[in-house]
Amino acid sequence: MHPVTTEHYLALSAGLLLIGTIGVLTRRNIVVILMSIELILNAVNINLIAFSHAWHNMGGQVFAIFVITDAVAEAAVGLGILIALFRNKETVQADEIDLLKW
Amino acid sequence: MNFLDLIWLIPLFPLAGAVLMLLTGKLLDPQPPSGVAVAPGVEQSGAGPRPANSHEHAPHPGPLQNLIRILCPGMVLASFIFSAGAVWQLAHLSNRVHQVIQFTWIAAMPFHMANGHLATFQVDWGFLLDPLSSVMILVVTGVGFLIHVYATGYMAHDNGFYRFFGYLNLFVFFMLMLVLANNYTLLFVGWEGVGLCSYLLIGFYFHKKSAADAGKKAFIVNRVGDTGFVLGMLLMLSVLGTVRFTDVNAALRSGQFPVEAGYGVLTAMALLMFFGATGKSAQVPLYVWLPDAMEGPTPVSALIHAATMVTAGVYMVARSSALFQLAPVAGMWVAGIGAFTAILAATIALVQNDIKRVLAYSTVSQLGYMFLALGVGAYWVAIFHLFTHAFFKALLFLGSGSVIHAVGGEQDMRYMGALRKKIPVTHATMLVGSVAISGIPGLAGFFSKDEILWQAFSSPKGSTALWLVGLVTAAMTAFYMWRLMSMTFYGQSRVKPEVAAHVHESPPVMTWPLIALAAGSVLGGWLGVPKLWTVFGEGFRAFPRWLEPMFELSGHESEHPASAEWSLMILSVAVAAGGISLAYYLYSKRPDIPDRILARFKPLHTVLYNKWYVDEIYDFLFVNGLCKGGGSAMAEFDRTVVDGGVNGAGWLTRASATLSMWWDTWIVDGAVRFTSFSVKLLSYPACLIESGRVQTYALFVVVGLLAFLGYYIAR
Repeated sequence: MHPVTTEHYLALSAGLLLIGTIGVLTRRNIVVILMSIELILNAVNINLIAFSHAWHNMGGQVFAIFVITDAVAEAAVGLGILIALFRNKETVQADEIDLLKW
Repeated sequence: MNFLDLIWLIPLFPLAGAVLMLLTGKLLDPQPPSGVAVAPGVEQSGAGPRPANSHEHAPHPGPLQNLIRILCPGMVLASFIFSAGAVWQLAHLSNRVHQVIQFTWIAAMPFHMANGHLATFQVDWGFLLDPLSSVMILVVTGVGFLIHVYATGYMAHDNGFYRFFGYLNLFVFFMLMLVLANNYTLLFVGWEGVGLCSYLLIGFYFHKKSAADAGKKAFIVNRVGDTGFVLGMLLMLSVLGTVRFTDVNAALRSGQFPVEAGYGVLTAMALLMFFGATGKSAQVPLYVWLPDAMEGPTPVSALIHAATMVTAGVYMVARSSALFQLAPVAGMWVAGIGAFTAILAATIALVQNDIKRVLAYSTVSQLGYMFLALGVGAYWVAIFHLFTHAFFKALLFLGSGSVIHAVGGEQDMRYMGALRKKIPVTHATMLVGSVAISGIPGLAGFFSKDEILWQAFSSPKGSTALWLVGLVTAAMTAFYMWRLMSMTFYGQSRVKPEVAAHVHESPPVMTWPLIALAAGSVLGGWLGVPKLWTVFGEGFRAFPRWLEPMFELSGHESEHPASAEWSLMILSVAVAAGGISLAYYLYSKRPDIPDRILARFKPLHTVLYNKWYVDEIYDFLFVNGLCKGGGSAMAEFDRTVVDGGVNGAGWLTRASATLSMWWDTWIVDGAVRFTSFSVKLLSYPACLIESGRVQTYALFVVVGLLAFLGYYIAR
């Protein structure tokens, strides 16, 4: 029976990051994009916890708590922007919002 | 009282009267409600006589009209008193020149004279009293006062009473400025002022077209002459650097003047001045206005167009005697023009039927005599004739006014005759005037006219021809005056029946001035009896002794024996007597003969009656030829050259504006737009990667991150 090592955590983290990144880049619904961002943040959290455990340093766990707090604030702001956007454009599709250019 | 220092007051009296009249006269002398001056009965020639009882219909004089009656002549009387006082005191001065400079009128202006020297042009408001101007102011104020008094009676029933006296007083003011001025520029002020008053008074009956036209004619003809005067004055300024009489005369007499003022320049100056005088003093070629000026009321004819204003030219030439002495050619012209005018006007006077026109041409003729005297260098004689002429010609004009008054406005002598008994005072005084002008010894005209004839004969500048012209003119003078007297006072009455019943003598206010002037016409000449009349003392030669120091005189008298002068004197008297008796015989005793003569010499009579057609010639040459022809030429010039220039400039502007607009649109704007276009073109590829989608940008970030990551891993 192989023990779960740090490498396993890192692999899981990398997988989550990949899935999150692809989700951000490819999904059209902004809600889904926000969800993908949560995946990326959680990949980071897994990293932080894994290294904290491996090196017996509690800083990583503290930092993870900060990131979770940060993610909540980010989701709140993101969803607020989304609602304002919907009220003006009546859409939540990212590809239909293309004003950010010259 | 020191009158000499108060001479500046002399012109101010009539000015005050004029200002008062012209500003407040309407209140003093209310007009009839119609507002337009009613056509006066007198002065209407040819329009039929006014009913002689029209006095009853005349507008009732305003209650304050009497104030005007006293004020206006009173102002002139005050001037006369001050003039007499000043002249009396002048006689006691050793040099007999008194100059009062009130203030500087035109401040000093530096300018370069013709020779390049710097001079200052400064004009004083100054008065000069010397023997010459003293004679003039006495004549102007003395005769002027009598005529004012006469006019209060003559104009009593005319509307515009205050206007008439306002103008008349204004005239006296300007005339006094003219003769008292101490420089040519101030003299010119008076000169133009009297011209203005002459215009206003000739056109006094302005509702009558002929009167308004005559006023305009007088004014315009005078302007022609004034051109000469102004040019002469400017020439004088540019070569002598001053226009003050004393300075000019001193420079010319002493020879202390710039060499540039050579013989030719002085002659030109003198001739230009003389041309000015021909306008004001009615000489050939500018005499044509004076006969027409008879449209004015008769007192105006007497004062302005016989006694004073028309002698301004004579005064001016006498004042410039130093200049004319240095320019003998100019003197020759003066004498020639004077003699020519004298005989030309006399021939016209021979056949005129209008009583005032005869006198008008007589005036022109007598003025010609004065210029004849000036031209031969006998300046004092000219002034002497001016002096005596002022008396007898004013008397004759006022007398003719009295006659016209008597016959209810009729001026045509063919409708007069046998008036002697009906208007005895007028007849007696006019008789004196006619004898005086004809040159019968003992009366004023003889002394001055005979002296002129003698000077024309004996002076170095004179000649037998000039004398002969003068003599013939004297004969004609006697003839036309006695024709006038005969047709008016003697022979058969030809007065229209409806007028005849009302013929009446003029009121005393009109006859007394006549009597005073008649006295002057008798006595005036005794101030200058001929030198030969040694019976009389020096006192009888007061006039020449008073004036002669003013002028340079050459001692030419001795060249001619006394017998020559005696015989010429007798000849001229004989000629005058012949003219008188011939005219008296023809027109009083045998009025049928003139008609037969007239029938025989019809063409000559027609030419004379139409005044040698001079007016027609002037109309053709100048009025129609020069003025109207010139006018249409000017109009053509305006249309083609002036308007053409304007239109051409407009077209050019429009063309250049079009060009400029093309340049703006295509070149300037084109450059700007080309710049922006090229920048846009260059930036186009960069635009292609900017889709505006957040995810695209995120993709670039990820790709970039991966690239960096790959780079560091591969290293």
